[in-house]
Amino acid sequence: MKVGVLALQGAVREHLKALARCGAEACEVRTPEEAAACDGLILPGGESTTIGKLMERYGLTDPIKELAVSGRPLMGTCAGMILMAKNIIAGIEGQPRLALMDVTVERNAFGRQVDSFEAEVEFRGVEGGPFRAVFICAPIIREVGEGVEVLATCEDKIVAARQGNLLALSFHPELTSDPRIHRYFLSMCEQAAKELAR
Amino acid sequence: MTEKSTWRTKVGLAEMLKGGVIMDVTTAEQAKIAEEAGAVAVMALERVPADIRAQGGVARMADPAKIKEIMAAVTIRVMAKARIGHFAEAQVLEALGVDFVDESEVLTPADEEFHIDKHQFRVPFVCGCRDLGEALRRIGEGAAMIRTKGEAGSGNVVEAVRHMRRVQSQIKWLTTLGPEQLMTAAKDLGAPYDLVCEVARTGKLPVPNFAAGGIATPADAALLRQLGAEAVFVGSGIFKSDNPAARAKAIVEATTYYDKPDVVARVSEGIGEAMPGLDVAKMDESELLQTRGW
Repeated sequence: MKVGVLALQGAVREHLKALARCGAEACEVRTPEEAAACDGLILPGGESTTIGKLMERYGLTDPIKELAVSGRPLMGTCAGMILMAKNIIAGIEGQPRLALMDVTVERNAFGRQVDSFEAEVEFRGVEGGPFRAVFICAPIIREVGEGVEVLATCEDKIVAARQGNLLALSFHPELTSDPRIHRYFLSMCEQAAKELAR
Repeated sequence: MTEKSTWRTKVGLAEMLKGGVIMDVTTAEQAKIAEEAGAVAVMALERVPADIRAQGGVARMADPAKIKEIMAAVTIRVMAKARIGHFAEAQVLEALGVDFVDESEVLTPADEEFHIDKHQFRVPFVCGCRDLGEALRRIGEGAAMIRTKGEAGSGNVVEAVRHMRRVQSQIKWLTTLGPEQLMTAAKDLGAPYDLVCEVARTGKLPVPNFAAGGIATPADAALLRQLGAEAVFVGSGIFKSDNPAARAKAIVEATTYYDKPDVVARVSEGIGEAMPGLDVAKMDESELLQTRGW
């Protein structure tokens, strides 16, 4: 099983390291062929407008969508969550996106960088106590559609959700050494790989 | 418990800008062009370094009205420059809500002895360096991002290359030393001992290391990325060129696909003339911006 990290811009190396710590085979994805070869894909934090534009200019939007539609798991953190959302508040005009998940995401929802923070969040489905979450100019989920499960909230705002094989987080599990959320995602990938092999 | 502006959120923002291009802009219109091209952030300025160099006089923090105008124009991160040691300018920038403060040698230094105590601020700082010792001194003072200085406003990449190579080779050298050699290395570098030990152990700076100062073409960006820069700052190189929108977009793409020469070749085609450059070797020592700060 091979898990990709979209490597157009952003905190790519941190995700690769986190996956390696969990014992997973991980690789960078910058071309359509690399995307198609993955059993799961992480869309990292970074600048969502930059990643979205590069994704479109370099023909990655459709292969990633196909990956998701085929049942392979996607995890988006911060900018990645914005890219997965069907609706974006406070985006740029015509902001490029994958539009896979039935959620409305608001960009920069906690304010500017001086408002960036860390907090303990309870993550549904992850045992062992609260998770130390790092929020950096973070987006939040304003609305969820049918079939979207809310996994974590912070200050009454939705900061993590799952819809089938799609997992979206406002915060950055790759910036802490706690591997639980990456393990959670890897178990989604393993399950999907088993089902696809059938 | 919620904790704001921790070290991790400051360095974390720097991590989020990796693989991207930060562009100098002087108007809301330019900021829009930068965002449209795919910049990860803009640096709000009154004048780009090439003009500061040409016009002379004291270069200061930009007018807050200008910075606010640029912040209102784009959704990407906005940085602004404060003079070296001018902590009151930095306080103003923090109050305005800029996302990163560049304590920059491009502006006229306000203090020839001391840099800003950056740990006291909620806003993260980026500082320039010409070698590893300077980088670690700035990190010791609280910089959450380092950029090599290069020679701003020169359109000549030679100094950026010199500084990046020097930092990278000094990092490699540290990793070859035994524990008993590290205190002497710290003394020779003029760097905090703890940070010297950390670099010797990890083989990298404790914060992201970007390149700046003289980058003018997509190939310049690809070169610095291959030499170890995690992202690039482009100052005068975009808005002093023939076709800023096309050049900005090309530099963004070359920064992502820096190790794919076919992509760099394609994006470099037909983007007009680069900014006119300066021969740094022929410049008088007093004209250099990189020697400001210590």
